[in-house]
Amino acid sequence: MKGTAHRFGDDVNTDYIISGKYKFKTLDMKELASHVMEDLDPEFASRVKAGDFIVAGRNFGCGSSREQAPLAILYAGVGAVLAKSFARIFYRNAINTGLPVVECDTDQIRAGDELEVDLVNGKVANLTRGVVLPVKPLPPVMLQILADGGLAEHIRKHGGFALAQKVE
Amino acid sequence: MGKTIAEKILSRASGTDAHAGDLVVADLDFIMGQDGTSPLAIKAFRAMNGSRVADPARVAMVIDHSAPSPNEGVSALHALMREFAQEQGIHFFDVGEGVCHQLVPERGHAVPGDLVIGADSHTTTYGALNAFSTGVGSTDLAAAMLTGKLWFRVPETFRVTCRGKLPAGVYAKDLVLYLAGRLTADGATYMALEFAGEAVSDLSVEGRFTLSNMAVEMGAKAGLVACDDKTLAWIKEHSSREPRPANPDPDAVYARDEEFDVNELVPQVAKPHTVDNVVPVTEVAGTPVQQAVLGTCTNGRLEDLRLAASILRGRKVHPGVRLIVAPASRRVYLDALADGTLAALVEAGAAVVTPGCGPCVGTHNGVPSDGENVISTANRNFKGRMGNNKAFIYLASPATVAASALAGCIADPRPYVKEGR
Ligand code: SF4
Repeated sequence: MKGTAHRFGDDVNTDYIISGKYKFKTLDMKELASHVMEDLDPEFASRVKAGDFIVAGRNFGCGSSREQAPLAILYAGVGAVLAKSFARIFYRNAINTGLPVVECDTDQIRAGDELEVDLVNGKVANLTRGVVLPVKPLPPVMLQILADGGLAEHIRKHGGFALAQKVE
Repeated sequence: MGKTIAEKILSRASGTDAHAGDLVVADLDFIMGQDGTSPLAIKAFRAMNGSRVADPARVAMVIDHSAPSPNEGVSALHALMREFAQEQGIHFFDVGEGVCHQLVPERGHAVPGDLVIGADSHTTTYGALNAFSTGVGSTDLAAAMLTGKLWFRVPETFRVTCRGKLPAGVYAKDLVLYLAGRLTADGATYMALEFAGEAVSDLSVEGRFTLSNMAVEMGAKAGLVACDDKTLAWIKEHSSREPRPANPDPDAVYARDEEFDVNELVPQVAKPHTVDNVVPVTEVAGTPVQQAVLGTCTNGRLEDLRLAASILRGRKVHPGVRLIVAPASRRVYLDALADGTLAALVEAGAAVVTPGCGPCVGTHNGVPSDGENVISTANRNFKGRMGNNKAFIYLASPATVAASALAGCIADPRPYVKEGR
């Protein structure tokens, strides 16, 4: 995956990702995607191109449990979210819905940098700055869910949870 | 090796000997969704080829976030929920019943030792009842409804011991705002918070709900309180289910352990636009406010309305302030009607709205105008939270909100209060 970095700061909450005033109204994710990040950067939805990356600081996705947040990001065409850390409900929701989330040292990434994200080998290459950033691996349980294509697929395929217990 | 509250409950619910870091698939005692998250969950339930929920008696859906509906988009989603609830025979709370986090405990669906999930981040609230309860998203809610189970990583526990006695005019809300300021918005991420110490035991169960409610504002997965006589008395009044207290072992292992002395605590205020931007009320006193909000799952209970009424009774809200009151449930509404609390608030100038989330999340019921300041008993003050990203939200206790509504600016409630709690 190659794309451009769009920078955000620490504590980007799910209200900023998609405001409550939109998310209660519709299940049309394309419409929600047109308002993604609106309260932080009104131009973001029109500027972001398919395959671009959201790059943020600590605690990305804190706040409400709305799954519309990862979905709106996904439907806006964003390839992955890179952050120093994620809030736990957002992290779970992202994996469940198939939005790649990458924990790495995002201080090494500026707005407009060209990035290449390799999810399989867990590497982020900053092509503009010529540095390669190590990625914190996903917990095994999340890899199992991702391998099945998200939680809905996992449940459909196995008729319930089929997760190896005590894997961590 | 001894166990924490979280380890005990997740061991019991998964039938394993679980310790922090383990992954368990556990049976759920109760499952809840609200109108912002349930419609997507119904969609995911269908995508899983779901036809029946595992146990309808353990599932509830609540229409509280946009209740009554402000537009046709919301109405269509509410209709979808009603249809699903009827088809599945689950508990259903329609417009006017109240906020989900009031209804689940009030109707006896969370008791000590339970494992509860809700598709709402403030599901941490029932930790006050010694239940392990946590927020999830819509797909997890769908999987939980279908299978009656969910996977959990057993969290490490961060024990916060609060020593001393809260002074007069200082409440559970001030304590939890203070803790949010100290621990910060991600200070307990992936961890369970365990609130301990005599300042926590001294709180009423209502006050403990306020603490546990805001555990998630520090990133925590749960906000747990040990079970004591107060808990058991409260449960007896609200539930017919048998409690299974899960108190921490003396040799339980804590990932972090911190103590705070509350003897000198003063009323606290979270300034815009983050919950951990907390200062003593004295530092922001005098800041003009145009709207005051009393309610939400944090502070919309009878105790909170009574506290505000004790300050507002016989006085008038400042002409420049709109005071909006949202009782947390129909029961709270009726109790506050019966004992004169609501009359005192309305006579003082309050506008009472439907039991539910009220203006908390910006869909309706009191969206502020550009540049306005709001003082609210809610738990979040993010930019745009109340529907306008050019407004400023301050968070405080019901007493501080009431005093500020009178003064027309942020005000220290202590001059109005004789007794501490
Ligand atoms: S009152 Fe506010 S915080 Fe509580 S459940 Fe409703 S919207 Fe969420």
